[in-house]
Amino acid sequence: MAGSTPASARSDGGQWADAGYRLRANRAALAAGALVVLLMLAALLGPMLSPYALDHVDWSLSPLASPPSLANGHWFGTDSNGRDLFVRVWSGTQVSLLVALLATAVSVVIGVGWGATAGYLGGRVDGWMMRVVDVLYALPYMFFVIILTVVFGRSLWLIFLAIGAVGWLTMARIVRGQALALRQREFVAAAVTLGLPAHRIIARHIVPNVLGTVVVYATLTVPQVILFESFLSFLGLGVQEPLTSLGRLVAEGALEMETAPWQLLAPSAVLATLLLALNFLGDGLRDALDPRQG
Amino acid sequence: MNPFGYALRRLLGVIPTFLLIVAAAFFLMRAAPGGPFDDERSLPPEIEANLQSAYGLDQPVPVQFARYLAGLARGDLGPSFRMKDFTVAELIGRGLPVTFGIGAGALVLALGLGIPLGLLAALRQNGWADHAVMSVALAGIAVPNFVVAPVLALMFGLYLGWLPVAGWEAGSLRHMVLPVVTLALPLVAYLARLTRGSLLEVLQSPFIRTARAKGLAPAVILRRHALKPALLPVVSFLGPAAAALLTGSLVVEQVFGLPGVGRYFVQGAINRDYTLVMGMVIFYASLILLLNLLVDLAYGWLDPRIRQE
Repeated sequence: MAGSTPASARSDGGQWADAGYRLRANRAALAAGALVVLLMLAALLGPMLSPYALDHVDWSLSPLASPPSLANGHWFGTDSNGRDLFVRVWSGTQVSLLVALLATAVSVVIGVGWGATAGYLGGRVDGWMMRVVDVLYALPYMFFVIILTVVFGRSLWLIFLAIGAVGWLTMARIVRGQALALRQREFVAAAVTLGLPAHRIIARHIVPNVLGTVVVYATLTVPQVILFESFLSFLGLGVQEPLTSLGRLVAEGALEMETAPWQLLAPSAVLATLLLALNFLGDGLRDALDPRQG
Repeated sequence: MNPFGYALRRLLGVIPTFLLIVAAAFFLMRAAPGGPFDDERSLPPEIEANLQSAYGLDQPVPVQFARYLAGLARGDLGPSFRMKDFTVAELIGRGLPVTFGIGAGALVLALGLGIPLGLLAALRQNGWADHAVMSVALAGIAVPNFVVAPVLALMFGLYLGWLPVAGWEAGSLRHMVLPVVTLALPLVAYLARLTRGSLLEVLQSPFIRTARAKGLAPAVILRRHALKPALLPVVSFLGPAAAALLTGSLVVEQVFGLPGVGRYFVQGAINRDYTLVMGMVIFYASLILLLNLLVDLAYGWLDPRIRQE
C-alpha cells in the first residue's frame, strides 16, 4: 500500500519517523508529555501512597477541615468532612482521565467511521451526511447534555456517552476532508479496479492513511473532554458521591475558600496543570505530524 | 446570486435546525422516567390527576407537542413546574438583563484586548512578545473558567479586598468587574490566537507582496490591505463566541451569585424542573441560531465570495 503512493508523498514509515524527529526537537511538547505521564502515574499511585481511604473521615482532627501538613499525613489537607484531600484529588483525577479516554475513544470511532464513509463515497451521500453534521454542529451541546442529565439522572456512563456523541463532529469533518483527497489517489483506484467493496476500501486504505491526523485531534479532544466533564461536575450535574472528580472538588473548594483555601487550590492546580500539559502536548503533536496545520 | 436570495436561503436553512432543537428538547423531556410531581411525599390520586390535567399532561403526547408549539409561536414557554408562581418566560425575562450585561461587557473586553494582542503577536512573529502572548493565550484556553472565577474572587475579593467577592447590586460596576473578566479571559485567548494566525496567513499572500513591492510603508499595508481580510475569521468566530459566553455564564453566575438566566437554568436542572429546562434550552438555542445567522449574513456582506458557494 505504501509502495503505491507517488514518489512526491512520503511513505508511511518516513512520515512517522519525521514526526518523531520533529516532536523530539520540540522541548515544550516533550516536557508537557512528561508532565502528562507524571500526572497519570500520580493519579494511579497517589491514592495508594496515602494511609487514608477515599471516604475515611479523620475524627482525630479538630476542626475537621485541616490545612496541608506533613506531620499527620494529610499532604493536601482535608475537606470539610475530614476526608483526606490528597487521596480525593488523585482519585478525582483518575475519574476525569477515565471519562476523557473513554469519551475520546467513542468520538474517534464514530467520527472516523462517519467522516471516512462520507468522504470516500462523496457525492450526494457525502452531502447528506455532512448536512447532518452541520445541523448537529449548530446545537448548543452543553445545554443538551444538561437535558440528558435531567432526564436520565446523573451517571458516569451517561456523561461519557454524551460527550463522546458530541465530540465526533470535528473528527468527522477533518477525516472527511482527508478522505475526499485520498479517494483520488492511484492506490484507491487500484483497489476499486480489483473489485474490493467500498467498506473494505474504507477500512484498509482510507482509515490507515488518516491515522496521523486522528492521533492529533484525539490528543486535543482529551483535554476538551476533561474540561466538559469537570464543567458538568462543577455545576453539580456530573460525577456523584461517593465518586469524585476534579470539577466537583473545585466546586466544593470554592464554597470553603474563605476558611480553607487549600480545598480550592489543590484540585485547581492539578486540573490546570493537567489541561495545560495536554494542550501543549496536542499542539506539539499537531506541529510534528501535520506541519501544514500549525 | 443576489444578496437577498442569500439571506433568504440562510434563513430557511435555520428553520429545520430550530424545529429539531424544539422536538429534541420536548421528546427528551417526555422520555424522562418519572413525572414532575413525583416528590417524596406521594399525592392522593385525585389531586395528582387534577394536577396532570391542569398542566395538560393527561393529553396524548402529539397533542401536548402541538400545544407546546402553538404556545411557542406566541412566545409562551409554559409555566415552571417548580416555581409555581412563575412562567418560564417571566424567569428568562428577569435574568436576561444580568446575563446580557455581563455577556456584552465580556465581548467588548475580549474584542478590545484579544485582537490587538493577536496583531501584536503576528507582527512580532517569533519575538518575545509573540511567545509571551501565545503562552498566556494557551493558558487562557486551557484553564477553565470555573477555576479562574473562584481563584480571582479569592485574590481580589478576599486577600486584596479590592472588589466584592460576589453579589449583584442592580448592575453596580464594582460587582461586574470579576464576572466580566472571568467570562472574557478564554475569549481574549481565542481571539488573540485566531487574529495572529489569520494575519500571518494574509501577510504571505501575493497581494501583500505586491503592496510591499510598490514600496508602501508596513503600517499602510497593514491598515489598508491586510487588516480587513485578517479580521474576517474573527467575524465568523463571533457566533461560537456567543455560545461560549452563554455556556460560561452558567458558571460565572453560579460562582459570583448573579441573578442571571444561567442560574435559573442550573437550578432548574438540579431540581428537575422540566418545563424550565426545556424552555431555557429552546431559548438559548434560538438565541445562538439567531446570532449565527446574523454573523453569516454579516460575513456574506463583508466577503462577497461567500455568497456564491
